[in-house]
Formats: sequence, structure tokens, C-alpha cells
Amino acid sequence: MATTITKTETLVGKSIRRQEDPRLITGTATYVDDIKMPGMHHACILRSPHAAARIRSINVQPALALPGVVAVFTGADIGSVGPVPCGASLPGLRIPPHSILAKDRVYFVGHPVAVAVATDRYVAADALDLIEVEYDPTPAVADPEKALEPGAPAVHPEWTDNIAFTYHQEGGEPEKSFAEAEVVVKQRIISQRLIPTAMETRGVVADYHGAEKSLNLYSSTQIPHLMRTLVAQMLGLAENRLRVVTPEVGGGFGSKLNVYAEEALMGFVSMRIGKPVKWIESRRENFQCTIHGRGHVDYYEIAARRDGTVLGLRLKLIQDLGAYHQLLTPAIPTLSVLMMPGLYKFRNISADIIGVFTNCVPTDAYRGAGRPEATHGVERMMDLLAAELHMDPAELRLINFIGMDEFPYSTATGLSYDSGNYAEPLKKALDIVEYHKLRDQQKQAKAAGRLMGIGISTYGEICAFGPSPATPAGGWESATVKIEPSGKVTVMTGTSPHGQGEETTFAQIAADELGVALDDIMVVHGDTAVVQYGIGTFGSRATAVGGPALYYALQDLKKKIVKFGEVLLESDDVSFAAGQCICNRTGKTVSLAQVAGASYRAMKLPPNTEPGLVATHFWEPPNFAFPFGAHIVVSEVDRDTGQVRLVRYVAVDDCGNIINPLLVDGQVHGGVVQGLGQALYEQAVYDENGQLITGELMDYALPKATMVPWIESSHTVTPSPVNPLGVKGVGEAGTIGASPAIVNSVVDALSGLGVRHIDMPLTPERVWNLIQAGGAA
Amino acid sequence: MTRKITLTINGKPFSHEVEPRMLLIHYLREVAGFTGPHIGCETSICGACTVALDGKAVKSCTMFAVQADGRDVLTIEGLASNGDLHPVQEAFWNQHGLQCGFCTPGMIMAARQLLERNPHPTEDEIRHGLEGNLCRCTGYQHIVNAVKEAAAKAGA
Repeated sequence: MATTITKTETLVGKSIRRQEDPRLITGTATYVDDIKMPGMHHACILRSPHAAARIRSINVQPALALPGVVAVFTGADIGSVGPVPCGASLPGLRIPPHSILAKDRVYFVGHPVAVAVATDRYVAADALDLIEVEYDPTPAVADPEKALEPGAPAVHPEWTDNIAFTYHQEGGEPEKSFAEAEVVVKQRIISQRLIPTAMETRGVVADYHGAEKSLNLYSSTQIPHLMRTLVAQMLGLAENRLRVVTPEVGGGFGSKLNVYAEEALMGFVSMRIGKPVKWIESRRENFQCTIHGRGHVDYYEIAARRDGTVLGLRLKLIQDLGAYHQLLTPAIPTLSVLMMPGLYKFRNISADIIGVFTNCVPTDAYRGAGRPEATHGVERMMDLLAAELHMDPAELRLINFIGMDEFPYSTATGLSYDSGNYAEPLKKALDIVEYHKLRDQQKQAKAAGRLMGIGISTYGEICAFGPSPATPAGGWESATVKIEPSGKVTVMTGTSPHGQGEETTFAQIAADELGVALDDIMVVHGDTAVVQYGIGTFGSRATAVGGPALYYALQDLKKKIVKFGEVLLESDDVSFAAGQCICNRTGKTVSLAQVAGASYRAMKLPPNTEPGLVATHFWEPPNFAFPFGAHIVVSEVDRDTGQVRLVRYVAVDDCGNIINPLLVDGQVHGGVVQGLGQALYEQAVYDENGQLITGELMDYALPKATMVPWIESSHTVTPSPVNPLGVKGVGEAGTIGASPAIVNSVVDALSGLGVRHIDMPLTPERVWNLIQAGGAA
Repeated sequence: MTRKITLTINGKPFSHEVEPRMLLIHYLREVAGFTGPHIGCETSICGACTVALDGKAVKSCTMFAVQADGRDVLTIEGLASNGDLHPVQEAFWNQHGLQCGFCTPGMIMAARQLLERNPHPTEDEIRHGLEGNLCRCTGYQHIVNAVKEAAAKAGA
């Protein structure tokens, strides 16, 4: 239950209901599709029905003849518009040219081929039916392992092996560790393709002003400033004449951490027709054309001693890239490699990534982005090792954790873990579930013929992206704080919240620092014409990187407030607290509003001080932050139907200091349910011809309210030393912890049948077949 | 070819010439100007477009505007009265029952109907009652809490 705040008190650490909610619960918020402009036209996009084909001809004349249609553009019309950008760089990376509309070939189902522009949305859709395209379909390949086989269809004819890149990383002496191991366990583990499915699909409104050569672009994105830089390049516009606005954004989960063809395409259309134009993605388009996540086939080997001490970890990672690179596509599996040691003292690591082109929509960052895959891998391997050694999986983890006296800890993959007490959340979770009692209950269940399982996952994650040298586009974040002449406070953040709640948490931080009421603060974001350059919201970075930027801007401002206070109070001994300056000698005070008014009137300025109360801070983090935690799942499998029922879900997460517990719980719940979706229900299915079988919400099993258990969420608190707030980030933690805990519990339930591994999603059919086969996969 | 429809939306009369194929959600959003209900799937799965039609929750993406002729529509914009939030709206706010807010208008309309039919639902009944509305952000737990709070306040 939230507290309603009416007076200045310490707000950081309290469960405060959100500042952004009144507009959202009354239906008065403005999402992209809610924007209407005089003269606005509507665009619909014709997309390839084939996974691979040559385009023999396109005839747009019948569409142009339809009343209401003002233009149809194809790849032949787009001239010098630049390619959809790939922001990742790896040695030897093959980057296929990625035109905003197909030129002579299509490479995946949904590939944009033409755009119809009309005065009415329905007419634009009708026009698509009238565009005549002759295709010569060619063989396609949708499975990344099949794409690697000799003789497989080449996704891009110029690269017949379908390999976009290979990448090797190792640390320590992996060969030696495996040679000296007493036990080696191997497993092939799949992290299936997923469809991010933000409830709001993507959408763009473009509004070109020819006389000024300026373009306003309204887009549902997580990265307004980066989009501005990149789309300006694509369109050949001066960056300062492109304004990107992110109105309300209805969820992203990484799928809007991107620059897509449609942003530049709508800019191009508006420039050509001289009118505003709107494109709203349908759900089918969203499934076909917005990035997918995951898409790994992983081959793991773990080396250990008989006493359970882990020695080494090897990984061959086959990444399904899809047909193109979107913004970060090739970089995502490298994050898996960075985090493959998890929370354990693996000193010897070897990883090989093979990035494979397929005739599918590109994969890219989806909640967790490489880290859920890594955690699923190492946590499955720890359970496989425990089973091999007949050890308790909790005990195996406890003896291999990095010790709390070893921080900062340098990993074999080159990271420096900031702080941690990895045993604490596991011990707390074991206490909450009453682990030993549970194991007894499990024995009784087994005796009664029931299949009950207990699954543990202890995850670590890299977030708060991140130091700039480790990121493709800068890892800092920015904040501006303005105290207006009335004393009201405006915070402008370079992050781009879209549901996370920083309009509230950042107001909490500012309220405490300035001693003003929450309602006196307005947090502004997502408009490049208003807000200073920023990086955006992704990778659990908004509070952990944007928060410190705000904190330091506030410190700069407080110094200036004191200077003006000294002038007004005619004293050189003034301090600022609780929203007022006080003379420490006389006790006389002036309010923040008085100080602010005086600073703008500027009748008398302090020495070497500019008028006004504005401060901007760009904060460069010295390191990432590394949250961690332990999730325990109790499950029961129906022997007759293969149905998995989650009896308990216990999450103990450590995200450092907590600014708003209510919002952190919301992030954990939502994250867990997305991980649970992967574990039990979700899978993007392409058939052998590259047709997307799960092309609608009717075919893609998104968790519903009835499909998820009550989540028992609690925390341990290990502040991060990386930033002054001690925060670590929590957006992705739940997703990262969930899938291995669930799968480990189901494997545990079926272990009596000889089952040692199951790949996700754990559909009843898959589980039932395993039971029927007596555990043989 | 168009047809004239006359209906009540949030207590006020509306009358327009519409194409017979126009969906009710498009009429509400683009003709009548009520952009609170959202379009999330176009296939009746997600429930973001949920409105009340003659008091019953319907998915307005799966109805034609002409089918609403002569009827009474309530959208999320009409739920608060005289500036006072509906108890379900207030409970969603208090319990952090929303994050990105896109599913929220439909979710609140569905929760409102659920409580009208069953003022004291169990957790299972709440989850079942909201099965036609998808949320990708919250994991549903805070939504369940919000419905519980609204039920408790109505019963108090």
C-alpha cells in the first residue's frame, strides 16, 4: 500500500505511489497513436510474404489509382536514404546493407517492400492490396544450426557459410582446467527465440517543415537522442533540425532500444509529401518486424573436482542473428560471454560465439539481453553438476560463490564485480521456503507417486550500462535541474522512462536533496528539443546512471543556492536544508522560492556567480553495477498431462539501495513473469520455409493472470560502491533469475525418471512426452 | 457509402456518418476523440480496447461502430465523476497496478465489471476475471492487489 505524501519528509526509501499515474489511469495520456495533426496522412507498409525471394517487379499504379492514396514508395524511390544502422562492432563483422525498403531481394517474412500513403488509415491499408509484386521465391533457412550445414541456403548470397562473425574469449587456463578435472559435465541448452511484445506496438509520426528543413519525429522509443543522431544521418538532415519526441511509451523491454527502418521511412515520406504522416505498427507487423530476443543454441561443458569445486567452463554459443543486424544485434551474445561465470569462482573460461544469419527477423536486446541466456546456462550446469556428484544444489552453489571479502572481484571474463554477498539471498530464500522441510515433503510426494520439484537459481547480472569505453554510444547519463523563479523545480533527465517510474523516483531524490514537496517537482524526459543529450533507458541503467547524474546536478545547485542565500541573509555562514537557507549565526531564514526569485531578478549577484538556478551534470560511471539474488521455485508436474504447476515462487533480490520499494517490487514481478513466460509458454516458431507460425497473440502464449503464481518477493541490500546513491538496477533481475529456477524445479521433479535436462518452453506436450519416454530426451 | 449512427459516449450524445466497416475502437479514438481505450492486438486477445457497452465490458476492436448505434458506451475517460477517481482507478494508483499504462484503461474497465459481478472475489476469481486482458509489465500481482483493495473499500 502506497503512502500519500503531503509534506516534506524523507522520501527516498518509501513506497510512494507514482506521479505519472493520474494521466494513465484516466485515459488521458498521449501515446504516438493518440497524436493528430492538421493534414496528417496515414501510411501502411507492404511486407514480404516470403522468407527469401527475388523481387522481379513491383507495380504500384493500381494502388495510386485508389481515391485517397497520395503516394506509394518502393525501394527504387528512396534514393540516398542511408541504411538502418548497426551500432555494434566486432572484428571481421559482416554487415549486410540494410535498406529501409527492399531493393531487389527480400530476406525475411515481413521485410518492408513498399509504403502506401493515404488520407485515411483504412484507405492506406486497402492500397496495400492493390500493389502488385512479382516474387521469385528462393530457398530459405530459419534454423541457425541448419544454416551452418554445408549446402544450406545462403541468406545473403555473398556469404555462403551464413556466418556473420565468430568471436573467441578466454580467461585463465581453460584447457588445463579441463585436463585436470575429476568431473566434466556437458549439455546442449537452448534459449529459444522470444517475441518481446510490448503492449503498445511501435509507431511513428513524422512532420517535416520544408521552409526550415526541420523534421519532428514522434516515436515510441527508449532512446530519443541516439535516434535523433542516427536518423539525421540516414536522412541527410542536420541533427539540430531533427527533433525526436517520445510521448508516452507503452512498454519496450529492449524492443524499442533500436532504430528501425520505419523511423527514417516516415521522415522520408513526410519530406516527400510535405505533410505529417503517421504509421502505427499492427500486432502482426510487431511480431514479424520488431526485433526478437534470445535465439541461442549453447553447448556447455563444466569442469569440477569431486568435492564440487568448479574449475572451468566452456561454451560454444550459436547465435541466431536473423537476416540483418539491428542496432545491437551482434553485441548481445558477447554479454552472455561476459556473464557466463555467474556468481562463482570460475577462474578458467573459454567461449566461442558463432553469429549466424537466418531468414528471420533480427534478434537484439530483449529484457536481460544475453544475461538471461548466460544465467540459464550456468545455473542449469550447476544443477547438472550437482546431480552428477549427488550433491545438494544449494550446497554446491554455497561452496563455489565468490566470498564477500573478495570484492571488487576480477572475473575470468574481465569484469570487476562491484560488491556482493552472494550467500545471503540464497540463505534467506532457503529459510523462506523452509528448504529442509520441503525436501522431506518431496520424498513423501515421491512415495505417493507425485512429481514435486524444487529449483534454485542464483543469478548475477551486469547492469547500469555503463562506462563509456565499454559501450558503443557512450555510457554516461545526463540531468539538468532548474529551479524556476517561483521555486518550483524542473528535472530534465536524459533517460527515457517508459513505465519504470523515474518521474517518481527522480522526484523523490530531488525532493530530499532540495527539501521541497514531491508535487513541486516536474520530471521531464523524451524530447530532444527540451532535454539535453542523453543515452536512454535500457540495461537497468536509468536509476543507476541517470540517478547519480541527477544527484550531482543537485549538489552543484545546492552550492549555488547557498551563495544566493549568503547575499540575501548578508552572512558568510549559511547552510541550506529542508527547503530554506539559514544563517547559522542569527537563525534568520529565506525560503528556496525567495532565493530562486532573487537569483533570476539578479539585483545583487554573489561574486563570480551567474544569474538563475540551473545546473546540468553529465555523469560517467566508473564501472557497471552487479545486482544478484536467489530465486527458488517449488513445482508440481501432472504425470498424466505434463502440466507444470508452480506451487511457490520465492525471489530474494539484491539491487543495492532501494529508492521506492513499491516500484522495485513491480519490476521484480514483471521481470519474473517475463522469465516465466520463456520457461513455460513463449516461443517464436518459424517453419522450415521461414514462415512465422506464431504470428499473432492468438498463437504466441503470453502469460495471462491465471498463468502465473503469487511471487514472494524480498530483498537483501548490498549498496553499490560505484555510485553515490548505492543503487544497482532492477529492471532485468527478475527475468534473469526466473527461467533457470523454474526449469531446475521441473527437472528436479522428473529426476526420478532419469531426466537431467529439458529445453524451454516446458509445454505440457514436451513434458508429457518425456514422462512417456521414461525420461529419455 | 456511410451510415449514420447515434450513440451515447460517457453520458454525452454523439452522431456521425461512418463507414460500415469502421471498428468501434477506431470510431471512439479517431472520430469521437476518446483515445483512452487502446489498440494492442486487433484480435480480441489483449483487451486494451475494453469499454463498457450498455454496462457490459466488450472489446471494441472486435465490433463495428454501426453495431453501437443507439447504445451507451462508457470509456475510461468517463469513469471518474466530478474529478473524483473511480475506486478501481484509485486502487490501481495506490497499489502500483500499472507501469507503462497501455493496458491500464482496458484492465480497469475489466476490473470494474469483475467487481460489479462479484464484489468480493478471491485471488483466483480476480485472476480468472482478468484473463482476457494482457499486461506485459506488472506480472499481474499488483493488479490483483488493486482489485482486492477496490473490493475491500467498496465493502467497508
